[in-house]
Amino acid sequence: MGGGHGSSVDRLHLAGDTIIHRLAPHVKIVATFAFVISVAISPRQRVEVFAVAFACVLTLIMVARIPLRVWLARCAVILPFMTMAVLVPFVGGGEQTEVLGVSLSTDGLWAAFNIAAKALIGASASIVLAATTPVTGLLEGFARLRVPRVLISIVAFMIRYLDLLVAQLGRMRTAMVARAHDPRWLWQAKPIASSAGALFVRSYERGERVHQAMLARGYTGVMPDLVEQSRPRSDWWAAIVVPAPVVAVLVLRLL
Amino acid sequence: MSCAPLSVDGLCFTYPGEHHRALDGFGLQVAAGERVAVLGPNGSGKTTFVMHLNGLHQLQRGAITIGDLEMCDDNLAEIRRRVGAVFQDADDQLFMPSVRADVAFGPANLGVPKAERDAIVERALTQVGAMDLIDRTPHHLSGGEKRRVAIATVLAMDPHMLVLDEPTSGLDPFGRRELADLLVSLPQTQLVVTHDLPFALQICPRSVVVSGGRVVADGPTAEVLADTALLEENRLELPYGFDPSRV
Repeated sequence: MGGGHGSSVDRLHLAGDTIIHRLAPHVKIVATFAFVISVAISPRQRVEVFAVAFACVLTLIMVARIPLRVWLARCAVILPFMTMAVLVPFVGGGEQTEVLGVSLSTDGLWAAFNIAAKALIGASASIVLAATTPVTGLLEGFARLRVPRVLISIVAFMIRYLDLLVAQLGRMRTAMVARAHDPRWLWQAKPIASSAGALFVRSYERGERVHQAMLARGYTGVMPDLVEQSRPRSDWWAAIVVPAPVVAVLVLRLL
Repeated sequence: MSCAPLSVDGLCFTYPGEHHRALDGFGLQVAAGERVAVLGPNGSGKTTFVMHLNGLHQLQRGAITIGDLEMCDDNLAEIRRRVGAVFQDADDQLFMPSVRADVAFGPANLGVPKAERDAIVERALTQVGAMDLIDRTPHHLSGGEKRRVAIATVLAMDPHMLVLDEPTSGLDPFGRRELADLLVSLPQTQLVVTHDLPFALQICPRSVVVSGGRVVADGPTAEVLADTALLEENRLELPYGFDPSRV
């Protein structure tokens, strides 16, 4: 609850002063989006496109000075997709290929490569965006890109209160443990389920109080514009430069 | 910046689905620029009263006048601008992603153009001595910092009156002293709802005691706190060893 702790969402941001950190958030969002889309629509047999995309992402990671360790650790989010990707060649039908004495589906292997490559490159691009842009910057960027204010407000509120919620859950857990509740088995989960209910009610009540605090400051149902800091520089070149190599290779190979 | 007198007459309020009256003939007159402590046990109706001052509870019976404005639906927006309510839990009050955006929230709702908003935000934060926090995120702040920023969020609306609900809760002694200095420096009419009797004595020349939804005692804070029978009757207690006559 106390000060000094970063929020779990804010911890994704790594402070720095590289050229990528300094780019306007809305430009970074567009660049990331364009880059990920161009990778996602690439045909899976075009290995060279993925090679170029991967090289681009690695370059961005280097330029942004994101430690490789941090990047790899954050890539863990794609592990579930990777697990699925590994299974596909075993269960896929059609033409078979022998790999180390195991008969695997060729189509399945390509599908696995497709999932793995796109997930890794897409996640890495998002990691660069999140690591170089503070949350407020991202919200501001989305506002500049004319994302409906109500959506931005929902995200902003979620980020603002997520940590309070987690802290509250932590306190409830501590209170349980302090009264000798030490759940190890599934049938001991009942208190956890009921505390989730209590947490829901508490969050609902907090929502009411926040709403009242908003009304007290003249809220009329429409969130005011969140974009507060003016950013005269426009770095739109970045939105073209980042996805350009991938698009170039893609276009060249498809012609 | 101006301050406004407050007049509350015969306020009655019953929460939906309950029979018990949370407010039962609540009456209070406060002069412009006065600082009044509102004391009383839990459940005496203090917070319900605070909610009324900002039009957060619909008026059931009675009348509230702030300056020359009577509380009614037509005046609601202006009353919310004139009455700055600082709630007990600063985390309820600071809901925007940055301190700057939070302080700008009120002025933005009032339709202040963006160019002027920055100056207002900076002035409000300077007034509470929190200008260095402007680009921080509210959940990174300490309890005392949160409280000061919460006060800045209402000062940015240029209020005529401040209503603070339990402003010292969760503050360490240093933060509490800083808050006292800040409140004394502000010119607005102030209602300070608190259980913290020494704090009331420190900053409010006058105190009212609320019990059963109405004001049961009203007088100079030192006299109210010296009346041990009154305090006991209303479940109020001075900290051990604290003697209001020797402060």
